[in-house]
Amino acid sequence: MSQLARTAAPVAVETGAISKAAPKAKSRSSKPMIDRYKWYEVASLYAGIAVFLFFVLAPFIEGFLVSLKPLAQLFSTPYSFIPKNGSFDAYINMWTSVPMLGMHIFNSFFISTVVTAIVVVIVVPAAYAFARFSFSGANVMLGGFLAVNMFSGAVLLIPLFRLMRSMGLLNTYWAMIVPGAAFLIPSSIWLLRTYMLRIPRELDEAAWVDGASRLYTLRRVILPLAMPGIVVVAIMTFIGAYAQQFIFALTFNSKTEFMPLPIGLFAFFGKQEVIWNELMAASFVGILPVMIVIVFLQRYLVAGLTAGAIKQ
Amino acid sequence: MTSNRSAVLFALALLAPALVYILVIVAYPLFDTIVLSFTNAALKPTYDWVGWANYQRIFTAGNFTEVILRTFVWTFFSVSFKMVIGMAGAVMLNAAIPGQTVFRILTMPPWIVPMAIGIFMWGWMYNGQFGMISGLLQNFGITNGPVAWLAYGDTAFWATIITDVWIGVPMVTIYFLAAMQSIPKDLYEAAWTDGAGRFYRWRRITLPMMVPAIITMSLLSLIATFNSFDIIWILTQGGPSGSTTTMIIDTFKTAIGSRKYGEGAARAVVICIFVSIFCIVYFRAVRKLSQGEAK
Repeated sequence: MSQLARTAAPVAVETGAISKAAPKAKSRSSKPMIDRYKWYEVASLYAGIAVFLFFVLAPFIEGFLVSLKPLAQLFSTPYSFIPKNGSFDAYINMWTSVPMLGMHIFNSFFISTVVTAIVVVIVVPAAYAFARFSFSGANVMLGGFLAVNMFSGAVLLIPLFRLMRSMGLLNTYWAMIVPGAAFLIPSSIWLLRTYMLRIPRELDEAAWVDGASRLYTLRRVILPLAMPGIVVVAIMTFIGAYAQQFIFALTFNSKTEFMPLPIGLFAFFGKQEVIWNELMAASFVGILPVMIVIVFLQRYLVAGLTAGAIKQ
Repeated sequence: MTSNRSAVLFALALLAPALVYILVIVAYPLFDTIVLSFTNAALKPTYDWVGWANYQRIFTAGNFTEVILRTFVWTFFSVSFKMVIGMAGAVMLNAAIPGQTVFRILTMPPWIVPMAIGIFMWGWMYNGQFGMISGLLQNFGITNGPVAWLAYGDTAFWATIITDVWIGVPMVTIYFLAAMQSIPKDLYEAAWTDGAGRFYRWRRITLPMMVPAIITMSLLSLIATFNSFDIIWILTQGGPSGSTTTMIIDTFKTAIGSRKYGEGAARAVVICIFVSIFCIVYFRAVRKLSQGEAK
């Protein structure tokens, strides 16, 4: 097999058309020779991927199995991985154990949605300004925005707390939304700027020659063309806002009715004996929507991540 | 476009909201932290200027240098593991085998779900009596009894690192994967024609071509890891007996826990100095790399 592969190589390379078209073809025989694996290579690849994915998914698998186990079984030794007479009881009981669970899930979504809206509204014009206009200080400003990314909210907690207090925002949704959005703006500006740089400048100029105002050009020419980029920014921001709800919610809000899901559950930890199976069940219900979303949006996520990791 | 002046004004108008927002919510607090670090601010509304007293105190009394050292060791191991596992993951996910797309999607959850929730799950896995890790190790007879991972300094230190790696790996993997896919295919085909094996091709083509991506990612990851808060706070709150107290946790405990805003601010300023150094290194590296590309 390998001998055959070697000798066939020059053919595959010289007929570039074949090797280019091949990856798209489904049938195994038309795969380019270079992508063919010996059986033990395939076996070790799958074994490696299995170990890798087990590391990545173990907490979710364990979490799910825990949510099915009755408490008595959870707190018994010896350990058993698979639930015995598992049930979905925890998924029903959790609504009474954490009375505001529905509210927490709603809060998580609400906070992320508002953060996303704020970020998009602020970022679109800023990214356009950086992509199209050259003015003194533009590079310094871009660098400054990037530097904001490097400082975590945790470092600035004390003055942010004082700021929120003097603005009267403590213990409101805004105490979580306002700082949350601030730390997502810079990377979004970079991401969208990169995208907008790829829109041909001639389009702006043509609109300008036709007598369109700058604002009109932005609204009618650039916005529609930048839409895919804006969608990626919105998705990345939403995920960021959803994934990082912890520290601001922990320190700037103490009202149960405003708590997002992670903090609602974290508060539930301290109270009594932790009802682990319900905690896990509640976690799963809370993350299920995002899990479904990524299956459909993974293409955008990859696009966002790779464009977002800044290469100038 | 005509009339440069109005163009600049228009650009500044477009930038204004972002600029004002960041100035108020990030730049001002940064400035305020520095100011506060020279005061004895606490819960009471008034405070006095105390000069360098806070800095003197944190560096002479207590174990601040130990905390700094611990933070660096913690960050070093976490970032190294992320890079190695991320690279291994990217290589495997890049292989043209059936199931590729599904495997790629399955890599993402730790990065997408709320961090805190993933950490709760780890908290249970580390549970000594009933958790999965201790349980499976006992079932397979590797350990002779329960291991309460978060109850001892040494194991808690590594447990928090592993959870941090877990959260960071998906992003590193997918970023490396994308970088790997942008390497021109001809290089591999030429090497392959010359009889180069898979490992040789990885060492001589993939690795050198990915140096920019590796440098960029390790610096970004360094900064993120250095600032890591949620994981340690949820799993151990810096314990047991301070063995997982990194600088961020230490600052949080001083400032929010003990309400010593002034002293907490001084500790935060030290973090900011380190982060600024990383930032400068990062900017330099990015500039160098992009110059290298232009050549």
